Amino acid sequence: MSTATSAFPLATPGAGRLRRLSTFLWRHSRLFTLLLLLPPLLWLGIVYLGSLLALLAHSFFRLDSFTGQIVYEFTLATWYELLSQPANLDIIRRTAGMAAAVTLACGLIGFPIAYYAARFSTPRGKALFYLGVMLPLWSSYLVRVYAWKLILAKEGVISWAAERTGTSWLLDALLSLPVVGGPSLSISYIGMFLVFTYIWLPYMILPTQAALERVPPSLLEAAADCGARPRQTFRYVVLPLAFPGIVAGSIFTFSLTLGDYIIPYIIGTSKLFLGQAVYIHQGTAGNVPLAAAFSVVPIVIMAVYLAVARRLGAFDAL
Amino acid sequence: MEGAVTVGVAAPSPSIRGRRAAMAEPAVRFLGVHRHFGEVRAVDGVDLEIAPGEFFSMLGPSGSGKTTCLRLIAGFEEPDAGEIHLLGRPMRGVPPYERRVNTVFQDYALFPHMNVLDNVGFGLRVKRVPRAERIRKAEAALALVKLAGLEDRRPAQLSGGQRQRVALARALVNEPEVLLLDEPLGALDLKLRQEMQSELKGLQRELGITFVYVTHDQEEALGMSDRVAVFNRGRIEQIGTPPEIYEHPRTAFVAGFVGISNIVDAEAAVRFTGERRPFSLRPERILLDPPAGAVDIETRGRITDIQYHGASTRLRLVLSDGLELVVERPNTEGTDGALAPGREIRLGWRRDAMRPLRETGR
Amino acid sequence: MRSERAGLGLRIAAAGGLLYLHLPIAFILLYAFTTEDKSYQFPPPGLTLKWFAVAWNRQDIWDALWLSVEVALVATALAILLGTLAAAALWRARFFGRDAITLLIVLPIALPGIITGIALRSTFGLLDIPFSFWTIVTGHATFCIVVVYNNAIARLRRTSPSLLEAAMDLGADGFQTFRWVLLPNLATALLAGGMLAFALSFDEVIVTTFTAGQQTTLPIWMLSELVRPRQRPVTNVVAVFVIAVTFLPILLAYRLTRGTESMHGTGK
Repeated sequence: MSTATSAFPLATPGAGRLRRLSTFLWRHSRLFTLLLLLPPLLWLGIVYLGSLLALLAHSFFRLDSFTGQIVYEFTLATWYELLSQPANLDIIRRTAGMAAAVTLACGLIGFPIAYYAARFSTPRGKALFYLGVMLPLWSSYLVRVYAWKLILAKEGVISWAAERTGTSWLLDALLSLPVVGGPSLSISYIGMFLVFTYIWLPYMILPTQAALERVPPSLLEAAADCGARPRQTFRYVVLPLAFPGIVAGSIFTFSLTLGDYIIPYIIGTSKLFLGQAVYIHQGTAGNVPLAAAFSVVPIVIMAVYLAVARRLGAFDAL
Repeated sequence: MEGAVTVGVAAPSPSIRGRRAAMAEPAVRFLGVHRHFGEVRAVDGVDLEIAPGEFFSMLGPSGSGKTTCLRLIAGFEEPDAGEIHLLGRPMRGVPPYERRVNTVFQDYALFPHMNVLDNVGFGLRVKRVPRAERIRKAEAALALVKLAGLEDRRPAQLSGGQRQRVALARALVNEPEVLLLDEPLGALDLKLRQEMQSELKGLQRELGITFVYVTHDQEEALGMSDRVAVFNRGRIEQIGTPPEIYEHPRTAFVAGFVGISNIVDAEAAVRFTGERRPFSLRPERILLDPPAGAVDIETRGRITDIQYHGASTRLRLVLSDGLELVVERPNTEGTDGALAPGREIRLGWRRDAMRPLRETGR
Repeated sequence: MRSERAGLGLRIAAAGGLLYLHLPIAFILLYAFTTEDKSYQFPPPGLTLKWFAVAWNRQDIWDALWLSVEVALVATALAILLGTLAAAALWRARFFGRDAITLLIVLPIALPGIITGIALRSTFGLLDIPFSFWTIVTGHATFCIVVVYNNAIARLRRTSPSLLEAAMDLGADGFQTFRWVLLPNLATALLAGGMLAFALSFDEVIVTTFTAGQQTTLPIWMLSELVRPRQRPVTNVVAVFVIAVTFLPILLAYRLTRGTESMHGTGK
């Protein structure tokens, strides 16, 4: 092979090492994919997944209550402690109850917004709506919690408004309710519920709106054409199609409420929530095994929740 | 077309022409090439040779493997088995950027973030051609495809036909040995398509570059090509010049895919040929009310359907033994009302209009 | 359907919901000007600008701010690198375990932040790694990767594969294709992802409480002020500032990706 071969190809004279490396990687595309994937995989695999496994492992160790040291032997004692003490079970029940209530409220408040944005607004209005939901979603979590501390305070806006409108009796009645009430809104389950709902609401609106956007208008016309009244169209066409989006949103609202400890810490009673329990056990008490066991609980709850959501088709709406 | 420009742009230099003549090597050669995607045998044992300077079309329905063959030549795919040679050189392991072939993509694949001039000059830029020369060559290539003056436009600001020309200029400016065109006219409307067909053919003749042209449009393939390969299910059914393909289809698939054909199966064929072998009979070869001596075979049929097509009229007839035939009748003397569904009519054809087909038992 | 008019009830519900989302921010702003610094009295007894001056002269706020900015910058840079690599690898490749890797990328924001926090915390403890600037960055980068990844892969999915083939066809090797074709097409998506990652990191408090030790980022500073208030209006001034700092990158990110890909699907 002489002149013909050397004359033909490679009009681009092999520009050195980079090109040769490029060709090598092109010939070994799987290796190339692996090389690309390696840094993020190492980071997430070692730093994150490794930590999660370490956490899980910790829940099978125990704290020696005399020495205050962690005993690194396999034991179910910590899990037994978690699941046998009524106080701990109360924490789990309380948190799950709050998460469910918040999810329900987010669905009820979020749906009209999502529906309005998806069906009725102009392109310009849609962009404004989108930003109107995006900004709270991405802007400072802490600042927004703080805003509610101002609003809910005994001397704050709500009390003032109640006084001005002569509805203080209603507020007092609310606060004197057993369990959910308290000395002021900022120290009660009602207040906590309001703040949770407020903070996670955008997470419900966006997937719901996305699901609603995907319902083609012709479908509604077809339903009307078949004789369905608006209410029936909504009940039998729109709602079933939007449902996966709502479920997707509920994954966020439920999971985020389960794991949050800042809101119960700042606004709420002395009764602990899951996140707080984790925080306190690992911090002041130094009982990392129990904290680890506590933190596995929301993971398990969410795993079950996700399995159900998957069956309901929520992942297509994400 | 301005002669000076074309020489400067993409016409092969005399030395290349000379070398080409000296080498008997085909521009493209497939040797038992297979390419499978999972269970799908996209290319299932293809052998072919394309001569330098040839306008070669790959014709077939979608999914027949023609585009995969093109991608194999370009180097976007590697064969699972078999070899591909370009000008005698095996291409296994040679990446696309080391092959002297260029592609005009079906969706044009113009770089949206570059203007027309930068798009066309891209190939030269990555080969580190100095800026001034790059611009000169890119402008010449744009003039070649009649797009001078649009250098600063973005692809989004161009019409479909203009994009198509940019894609063509972008490929040609690199002076490829082989130009690959993947259904380049598919997205254009009929008028523009016909215009581009003759322009492409003219360009190819002028530049002397080997064109490998993928299309599912048989008219395009027949009208432009020196030779056509008809693809079906990952294999080549037949390779030949357009008249060979049309007039001497070797298989029922080719007869049916290229133009319209009456395919008479082996049973029915005996009556006409005396042979138990299927044959193809083109509708325009069948004469209605043939004058004495004009045909070798005569029979009678009843008209079941008539479609008026402007230049011709297409009739469906059923013979006494139940055989159905389609007849194409040129409207040379205007339409006569005599043809109507239900009417009995005499028809006939010459013996050589019947083209025996290979049994395709696949 | 555009011609259809929304019912009054629906319009009120939608407007009310949006008001609920935005009104609280207005109170933050208002309280930054109040003359009352012992309680959250409403309406404020008087208005003043002095808290801005007070905040300006507080060294502890400046220290917290710089730490937050530094952490956010480094975490964002890491996230852009790792997120882009992951998107590039997973874009077109199909292999066993691909879904598992996607899940792994999304997990740090899918699971409550407290789990990421305590997991890192217990690992640092286990390995005797002292808390430092880098322990904070580690936590932040982990949950920022997905933000960049989501933006990058959304853009890649809209990029025709034939664009890259065209580049190679024209003689560009892999690196040239990346430099001249892929990167320019990705740039705005990466910038948007980076902006969001910055906003996310700058604001993060839950994971940070577990990985900061004695260090104080701006959100941690705010948290401690919330629990044990000293000069309440100063906290409000900082809150207003934080809102401004996070709003800008979010608006920019929105502009950069407008109409092309969404920023949602990314929880905290």
